[in-house]
Formats: sequence, structure tokens, C-alpha cells
Amino acid sequence: MSKFKKIVLAISLSGFSALSWADTTLLNVSYDVMRDFYKDYNPVFQKYYEAKYKDKLTIQQSHGGSSKQARSVIDGLEADVVTMNQSTDIDAIVEKGRQINPGWEKKYADEAAPFSSMQVLIVRKGNPKGIKDWADLIKPNVQVVVPNPKTSGNGRYTFLAAWGAALKQNGGNEAKARDFTRAVFANVPLLDAGGRAATTTFMQRQMGDVLVTFENEAEMIAREFGRGNFEVIYPSVSIDADLPVALVDKVVDKRGTRKVADEYLRYLWSPEGQEVAAQNYLRPRNAAVAAKYAKQFPAIKLFGVAEFGGMKAAQKKFFDDGAIYDQISAEIAKKR
Amino acid sequence: MKWKQSSVLPGFNLALGYSVLYLSLIVLLPLAALISKSMGLDWASFWAIVTEPRVVASYKVTFGASLIAALINLFVGLLIAWVLVRYSFPGKRFIDALVDLPFALPTAVAGIALATLYAPNGLLGAPLDQLGIKIAFTPAGIVLALTFITLPFVVRTVQPVLEDMEKELEEAASSLGATRWQIFCKVILPTIFPALLTGFTLAFARAIGEFGSVIFIAGNMPFKSEITPLMIISKLEQYDYLGATAIAVVMLVVSFALLLLINGLQWWVTRHRR
Repeated sequence: MSKFKKIVLAISLSGFSALSWADTTLLNVSYDVMRDFYKDYNPVFQKYYEAKYKDKLTIQQSHGGSSKQARSVIDGLEADVVTMNQSTDIDAIVEKGRQINPGWEKKYADEAAPFSSMQVLIVRKGNPKGIKDWADLIKPNVQVVVPNPKTSGNGRYTFLAAWGAALKQNGGNEAKARDFTRAVFANVPLLDAGGRAATTTFMQRQMGDVLVTFENEAEMIAREFGRGNFEVIYPSVSIDADLPVALVDKVVDKRGTRKVADEYLRYLWSPEGQEVAAQNYLRPRNAAVAAKYAKQFPAIKLFGVAEFGGMKAAQKKFFDDGAIYDQISAEIAKKR
Repeated sequence: MKWKQSSVLPGFNLALGYSVLYLSLIVLLPLAALISKSMGLDWASFWAIVTEPRVVASYKVTFGASLIAALINLFVGLLIAWVLVRYSFPGKRFIDALVDLPFALPTAVAGIALATLYAPNGLLGAPLDQLGIKIAFTPAGIVLALTFITLPFVVRTVQPVLEDMEKELEEAASSLGATRWQIFCKVILPTIFPALLTGFTLAFARAIGEFGSVIFIAGNMPFKSEITPLMIISKLEQYDYLGATAIAVVMLVVSFALLLLINGLQWWVTRHRR
């Protein structure tokens, strides 16, 4: 046997042994921004799992835009669990792909969202434009960087946060909320397709005066670009973004991984899982962990998507084609 | 070639059969699936989706920017091909290889690179911004990205024709008293015109479908700098598969009509010349 053949054989054999050694594998299909969290969470869970069951566990990750990831699952990507940034993405898997059984949100506590985030305002060092609250976003000399609400969950939360804040300030007057939100989006110079792209535009290209994004993304920016380069402004009121998780019933039953996958998700609520979440600036549900990290999560007034009758109703009212967001965009375009 | 004509090379039937099968599997089947999916819509709702003002605005951006980019490359591509064929200079092979780079580069990488370069704080964007010229995050950025992506098409279609052209023709024209301009218009241009047109068509068609590079530099403002592929993606984001395929079908039909038109023009020009 030639040396080359021996090497090939050795490599393929080692490949096989690695496969047989890994007894169980899980595929977690998630969205962009969760990469950092699951990078920290997976080893913690693996350690717990291997100690408890004396079994080797491999966890594979897939990341991308939340809705795009949901579409992959609908089209047949064999995810054991999905972890998304909005419930409508999981609902889509229920309705279009039928891989997840209805009622998934009742399977776990907190509507199956082990942690949450919220929309904050990120401004340049020293806050040169003096931005304190939502109302400052409509000043004529302020440029707001926001991801596209048509293609990004992050952008949808921004829209809802602005709308909800205006609603609260105007005693529930919808017409005023609409005017306010339109004024905010009239100050948006460009629309990136996703949250990460908007962050790049703001931090790297130095476009705009304020970036509206998730609180945990602010932490990512701090790690990436240094803490001294920007300030996080907590508005007087903001939207609570629940980040839901679900078992993909059809896949776990087919692959026989229901128990492991269930444990994987359930462990997110354990003190250890919650601790990892808090370290990644995701707001924990566990009271003890929340108390421990209280300093990094300023308490502000929050409202949920429930305010709009849930994400599904909000999608229909605001973001479907021809709905309020499209109407506002048309009005802004006409004025320019 | 006639249906039953004995050829020097054997296996015509087999080769034709294989070609047709291959094209059907790779090209026709996916396109047919696309069209059949859009059949799930009745005509009225199909029409409503594809004539929505925002979508119509995106057609203008996509087809307009693609046309401009293809026109730019028609001239610049011819110039580059000319320089590469007719002159020799140090580093020529390197420049020749450079032309193909836009083919090899992932388009998203090109888009990000262009956006970084032309952003208001970018290397080229900053001085341009001083002059009041904005490229990134405006329709000009779309044209820029499309020009970058489609550059090789004109160069690579015109280059071999220029290489094959016999210099003696030009010399003959010259000895018969033709001016340089006359030689270019009456001798060179007619020879390379079909190739130029092919390059233009390819560049135009490629630009229409381009998504990756444009999305980072366009700014994506509704009614202003949204390309049609983005409309399709945003339909998909809403799980509106039917709406997405409806717009895709419109793009397909319009592109195909344009390609037919240009091919027809090319055929007419070639025939007319002889």
C-alpha cells in the first residue's frame, strides 16, 4: 500500500471513530445574534449531560437571519430544536411545515422564552446630539440607524418600540403614534437587511447618530469595538422582546432525540443556563440570577408584544404588505 | 445541422439527447416549478402583487441600474479588451487575470468592500462626500456594484474577437486612404459588434438578478433604492411564497423578453452586414 493510501485510510478511519464515539448529536437552528450565547451555553450543558447520563453529546449550531432559519426548517433542515427571536418564526414552522405541534409555547415556562431582551438606543461617545428618549429621534438633525422591518425581527421590534412608546405618551392615540413613528423612520438614512448589518453601518461606517437595537447586541458591540466608543441610552419605556425556543416534534421523534432535546431546552431555565444568559446580557427569568446581575440590567418600564395582541397580530397590522409600515414608507418617500 | 446528417464525429444523437436532458433538469425544471407555483394565484391577485407601487418602483431601480451598468461596461469593457489585445506592457498578464476577479469573488464580499470604500467615512467616500457626491447608500451605489459585478462579460466576449481580427484588414483600409475614425467605424466596429452586443446582454442579464453585492451598498430605501430581488426576499421573510414567486416570474418574463429582443437585434445586425 502506498503511503498516500495509508494516509487516506487513516484519516477516514479516524473520521469513522469520531462518529461512533459521538453517541448523540443535536442540531440547534438559531439566529445570528445568538451565536455568542450558545457558544457559551453548549459546553455548560454538555458537561451537565455527560455527567448525568455518561453519554457523549455533540451539539451542532446553525445561525442566520431568524426567518431565513425558520424557512430552512420548513424546507426540511433537520433541526432538533429551534431558538428564534420572534414567535412568528416558530408559528410559521407550525403552520407551513407542520414539523412543530401547535401549543409549543405552553410546553415551557414563560411562554417558552427562557430570557428576553429589549430595545435600547446606542449613541456616539459623549452623546453629542443629547439623545435621552424616543422623542429625540424625530429631531430634524438626528439620523437613526435601524434594520429593515420588512426583513429583520430586530427592525420590527424597533418599529413596535417606537410606536408603543408614542402610544403611551399620547394616551393611546393611534393617529399620534403613527405620526411619531413616521417621523422616526423619516430620519432613517438607510435600511440594512439585518441587525448585524445595522451595527456595522453604525459602528464601522460611522453612519448616523443613534442605533436602535437589542440590549444584548449592545454588549456585543462593547466586546467588538470597545466600551469607550459609544453609550447605551435606556429610554423611559421600551419593548420587551421574548426570545422563544421550541422542540421540533417531527424531527426529534424521527431521530429519537426528544429526551435529550427537551433537556437541552429545559436546562436554559436552570440557574446555570440563566447565569450564562445574564453574562451575555440576556435578561434572565430566574429571580436569584436576575438579582445577582441587577446592576447590568437597569429597570425601566417595559411593555410586551401582547400590547399589540401578540406578534402574529402585530405582523398583520404593521408589517404585512400594504400594512401600516408600508403606508408610512410610501408617505416618507413622497415627501422626499 | 440537419437532423440526420452524417458527421465526422459520431454520437450526435447521444450528445443532443444528453444536452436536452441536462438543460431540462438544470434550467427548465426549476423555472417550470417557479411558474407552476405562481399558478396558485388567480390573475387578479397576481396582478395586484406585481403592480404594487413599491414593487413597480423596484423594477425601475433594478432594470434602470442594470441598463446603466451594462452601458458603462459596454464602453469600459471594450476599452479594457482593446488595451489588453493591442498593446503589450509590463504586468499585462496580471491585469488580464484581474478582469476575472469579479467572477470569482463572492458578491457579498464585493458589496461589503465597495460599501466600506464608498461610505461617507470610507477611503474614497470621504473625499467624494466633501465634494457633495454620495455613492454608497444611494442608487449610484447600486450602479457601482452592478458595474463591478458585470465587468468581465464585455471584456471576455470582445477580447477573442479582437484577437482574431486580422491586422491586414486595417492596413488595407489605411492604404486605401481611410482615416483612423473611418477604420474604427467601418472595419473594426462591425466585426466586434455582435460580440459587444453579446457581452452587453450577458452583463445586463446578470445585473438584473444580482442581490448579494447590491444589498450592502444600496441603502434599501423604499421607492428609492430597493431592488426587485429585495422585494422577493422580503416576501419570503413573510413566508409569502406565492407573492415571491409572482415577482420572480415577472422578472423572468421581462428578462427573457429583453434577451430575445437583444438576440434578435444581434441576428439582424449580423445578417444585415453580409
